[in-house]
Amino acid sequence: MSEAVTPLNGARFEGLATIEDAGLTGMITLRGNLASKEMKAAVKKAVGLGVPAQRQVLSGQGSAVLWMSPDELLLICARDGVAETIATLEEALKGQHFLAHDVSDARTYLHVSGAGAREALAKLCPVDLSPQAFTPGMVRRTRMAQVPAAFWLDDRGVFHLICFRSVADYAFGVLRDAALPGGEVGVYG
Amino acid sequence: MSTRLATGGRLLDRSRALEFTFNGKRLRGHPGDTLASALLANDQMLVGRSFKYHRPRGIVASGAEEPNALVGLGEGARFEPNQRATTTELFDGLTCTSQNHWPSLETDIGAVNTHLARFLPAGFYYKMFIHPRPFWKHVYEPFIRQSAGLGRATNPGDPDRYEHFHFFCDVAVIGGGVAGLQAALTAAEAGAKVLLMEQTAHWGGRAPVDGGDIDGQPVAGWIAATLAKLQDMPHVTLRLRCMGAGVYDHGYLLGYERVADHTPGTDAPRHRLWRIRAGQIITATGAIERPLSFAGNDIPGVMLASAVRDYAVDFGVSVGDRTVVVTNNDDAYRTAITLKKLGLEIPVILDARQSGGGALADEARSMGIRVENGKGIAKVKGGKRVTAVAICAQAGEGALLEEIKCDVVAMSGGWSPVVHLWSHCGGKLIWDEAHAHFRPDPANPPKGASGEGFVIPAGAANGADDLASVVADAHGAGQAAVKAMGHKPKGKAPEASTLPEAPMQPVWLMPQGAKTALRMKAWLDYQNDVKVSDVQLAAREGYESVEHAKRYTTLGMATDQGKLSNINGLAILSDALGQPIPQTGTTTFRPPYTPISLAAIAGGARGPVFQPVRKTPMHSWHEAHGADFEPVGQWRRPYCFARGEEGRHEAVAREIRQTRESVGLLDASTLGKIIVKGPDAGRFLDMLYTGMMSTLRPGKCRYGLMCNENGFLMDDGVVVRLDEETFLCHTTTGGAESVHGHMEDWLQCEWWDWKVYTANVTEQYAQIAVAGPNARKLLQKLSNDDLTADALPFMGWLEAGIAGIPARVHRISFTGELSFELAVPASRGRALWDALLEAGEEFGVMPYGTEAMHVMRAEKGFIMIGDETDGTVIPQDLGLNWAISKKKADYIGKRAQEREHMADPNRWKLVGLETLDGEVLPDGAYATAPGRNANGQRKTQGRVTSTYHSPTLGRGIAMGLVHRGPDRMGEVLDFPKLDGGIVKARIVDPVFYDKDGEKQNV
Amino acid sequence: MLILTCPCCGVTGEETEFHQGGEAHLKRFGPGSTDDDFHTYMFAKENPKGAHFERWRHNNGCGKWFIMARDTLTLEVYGTYPAQTHEPPKHIRDAITAKRPGWTWRAFA
Repeated sequence: MSEAVTPLNGARFEGLATIEDAGLTGMITLRGNLASKEMKAAVKKAVGLGVPAQRQVLSGQGSAVLWMSPDELLLICARDGVAETIATLEEALKGQHFLAHDVSDARTYLHVSGAGAREALAKLCPVDLSPQAFTPGMVRRTRMAQVPAAFWLDDRGVFHLICFRSVADYAFGVLRDAALPGGEVGVYG
Repeated sequence: MSTRLATGGRLLDRSRALEFTFNGKRLRGHPGDTLASALLANDQMLVGRSFKYHRPRGIVASGAEEPNALVGLGEGARFEPNQRATTTELFDGLTCTSQNHWPSLETDIGAVNTHLARFLPAGFYYKMFIHPRPFWKHVYEPFIRQSAGLGRATNPGDPDRYEHFHFFCDVAVIGGGVAGLQAALTAAEAGAKVLLMEQTAHWGGRAPVDGGDIDGQPVAGWIAATLAKLQDMPHVTLRLRCMGAGVYDHGYLLGYERVADHTPGTDAPRHRLWRIRAGQIITATGAIERPLSFAGNDIPGVMLASAVRDYAVDFGVSVGDRTVVVTNNDDAYRTAITLKKLGLEIPVILDARQSGGGALADEARSMGIRVENGKGIAKVKGGKRVTAVAICAQAGEGALLEEIKCDVVAMSGGWSPVVHLWSHCGGKLIWDEAHAHFRPDPANPPKGASGEGFVIPAGAANGADDLASVVADAHGAGQAAVKAMGHKPKGKAPEASTLPEAPMQPVWLMPQGAKTALRMKAWLDYQNDVKVSDVQLAAREGYESVEHAKRYTTLGMATDQGKLSNINGLAILSDALGQPIPQTGTTTFRPPYTPISLAAIAGGARGPVFQPVRKTPMHSWHEAHGADFEPVGQWRRPYCFARGEEGRHEAVAREIRQTRESVGLLDASTLGKIIVKGPDAGRFLDMLYTGMMSTLRPGKCRYGLMCNENGFLMDDGVVVRLDEETFLCHTTTGGAESVHGHMEDWLQCEWWDWKVYTANVTEQYAQIAVAGPNARKLLQKLSNDDLTADALPFMGWLEAGIAGIPARVHRISFTGELSFELAVPASRGRALWDALLEAGEEFGVMPYGTEAMHVMRAEKGFIMIGDETDGTVIPQDLGLNWAISKKKADYIGKRAQEREHMADPNRWKLVGLETLDGEVLPDGAYATAPGRNANGQRKTQGRVTSTYHSPTLGRGIAMGLVHRGPDRMGEVLDFPKLDGGIVKARIVDPVFYDKDGEKQNV
Repeated sequence: MLILTCPCCGVTGEETEFHQGGEAHLKRFGPGSTDDDFHTYMFAKENPKGAHFERWRHNNGCGKWFIMARDTLTLEVYGTYPAQTHEPPKHIRDAITAKRPGWTWRAFA
């Protein structure tokens, strides 16, 4: 009766790109002094990864750390591990000035993959999505059509995209439209 | 007559036929045709009527500059008015209709205007329709609207889709002619990422028509070879049917790609708007031939010399059997030579230059063509088609020397570089005396973010006048662009050759001494019916500025934006003013270069994704249960949940009764939730709110008011202290993002040494208000935790499991009832909602919407941001002094509230309003005061800010701001209604219900 | 449409990612200040034809505020720097001087 659900409930669309609900995922906003050794140690302990450089993502098995701003990271982990990860962070950062908060449910998390993924995103975001300009490991916070969004690219060529939960239908809708058959621009492969 | 030649047409695929209709007539063309060439191949020279005089008009040009051949294209939902036949690719099944005539193209009643032309000069409408004044609204305007406009828009929704595309490159080259190809190649060979876009469906521009050699091979071969090289380069993007529409600040360029105009019904988007950021933009946009101004130059059959040549070479179309060529330059001889070679008749070439032409003229003479130097056209004869020209001496006043029968006049007044895109973002022009045209001033390019120029003109667009200089100039432009982008220029310009040309000679009026009768028939702007005499009249009447003359005469204001008429018009204006052309200057070039579809600008923003709609985790339940949604910011919130035949009013009353008598649920997920954490969090919130937040104890909640620095109320909400270092600030539904931004603003820009972090966690939580006397009973059914008044007193909070879901339970109330607000992770909000509905069945539980919430808060006298506040109201106006700390030295807005006029006792202040007869006051109604103000309006002394029918009290209740209101309890005020009646209302306390707060404190 | 470079996250993005926030380098006047000082702080803003200092927030991005020195006439960007800066850095003032010798803006020159 109290099953947790994502706002898109597993939605999926296959067109020039495949747009799919990435499912329940743990996400933690972590703010603090990213340069401090305590922060580095805490992140390492919590998700086993380092603190990424500006606008970069470090990925592990089912986990990732994203650089969001000069004093903000987004930690990605298993959904059922969020409470424990936050507890680990709080323990490791005791005495430090920081903020760690569960934002797993505040986000819509999508995967955009396939040959048309770059072009689909380039129809919606004012970002250079050419393979030369946007490479795996980069994080870009920007505007997707009329909503804020962030995305990064993994080594398999899959784009991971997050935006606010309330606009899940909108985000899925604009991505689906951008990936409709017949809309190939033909500039990125 | 115009017809298809037996052979030729380099763009045609003669092996296939396409069928199309024009005004219902079934006609045939070939793949490769434009609609214009196909019409001409079918002898359809007459294509429309002019705007003002309804004169018959034919095709004049072969490209984007065409002023006359505007048609209504397509049918039903795909119908589109004002489409240029010259830039419309023919496809099978195309249907089009001509415009601006009634009852038919051939017989048009409006053509009577042409006989009234002498009574309809420039400024006629301004002078005629100004008196008597009342006539404008009811007589003149409806009449003018009826007769104005070209094509008519349609109603049905557009079935096609449209999209945007963001693209980034080092160098964007606009125009795929020889100059564009060369500039792109030069830039690409140096390693730059290049985008080359061409507005037509073919590369090479008009060079294949004009001929010449590059690198020792005919130009067509060079084009193919260069294109092949570019296609092989991975860092080069080539786009056909993609027009450079506009150049904007900092290298922003709009490309308008007509993806599927020529293939309707496929699954491709129809248009794609390219939003390009280019380091450097090269405008290889070519040049446009100018008409000559002689009497009758608008009669169908009078065309640009280059267009006549294009139709012959590109489309195998002869626009007539006997073509008189009239020119002031050598280029037009190419038309005569081309036509003659095709076996067509050239009775005479009239060269206005006394000294005549150069090598091309010699070639024409050697082919046996008669050439007359120093001669021009006095007048063209004909109605719906040219029949003859009257020849005169260019130097004279138009005395007839000879009349020559012909069905086409091919005219050339010289060439104007297409400087539009150079000029859009501030590029300046210089007057080139030798070519009598404006061209880009290399010293004054549009400047970008770095302060350096970012647009480089190339080829004919830069004033280059022969193939060799075009190619050399384009290579130079490519080099300059890559240099500006930090690449090392490479290579050298190819060698090119054409026949040398004799200098052109400006001819602004033909003959130069033409009398009024001739000038009144010498058209400058075909689409807007502006003649030489109109511009001269404007000058006489004092419209000396070119911008004023443009608006007075409407020269250049039609959909073609004066591509053919501008230079001729301002030459006439300069002459009338007795000043050189550069002193007159040009009007402003504004994007887009040619009209682009509104749908392309909108892109994908239509239908369900017109704008973001924010939905709560319970949205789908609301949808399934009769929610009547209202927009609150981008959120959709249920206004009420109507059942069966119930109207809104009944539904709201039912929801209120249920909540006041038993228990109701409100989806409050939209309320903003911001975490504020750090050692300085309390201190920070003391600055942010008018009240004291640092003294709030963990486990407690406090209502807070937030003002801007100008003192005015901007937001309110409950602040929750989660622990010693952490607060949770609730904001209004619309306020989450702006309040979070406000917090970050002060933290980053003013108190950056304070140790505070914020996080907007609005959407992490679903929030449900459970309100009513049975609220606790309902929750206790679902929870083993202690929710009694002792464990959870009013304005307290605790963590509890509700239906097995971890929840933060706040004892706060916006209804005045016993009320709990539950916050749970959003992913489980729907589960909690369902559980509450199920468990509450025995209490008759039901959700209530925003309207019930509004009525209940108004019954309690609680203010609502946006109702009681409008950006000019301070908390003191609303009697909220209790929420303003007297102990604090400072908070945002405090200094502003100390200003004399803010502390003035004469301000309008919040009171309750009770109508004497129980009716509901109109929303926003003003209370009148004795006397009238300086404008003769009745004085006011207050206004209604919230007004509802209270089902609880069975009468209208309202709140309002009234002059010295709280001091005037019991007074009765008059509130006029829109229908003229008056509602009388008594000033009362704003708390109408449960004044002592006994209901919420149980 | 402008291009801005956020000094906080290094992104160079178009204007739609950013939000303009009025004049930069304001000194706040709170309780105890004179009416004149408060009024000037609140309402009397610079409106130069030339170099100007503005606050911008990278709101569709890293969320940080920063300051941009921009020429209101030519739209040339002289530079951006973090909001936690009391006066324009020297290299930006020099860049302005190179284009607009003798410029002044409130107390800066």
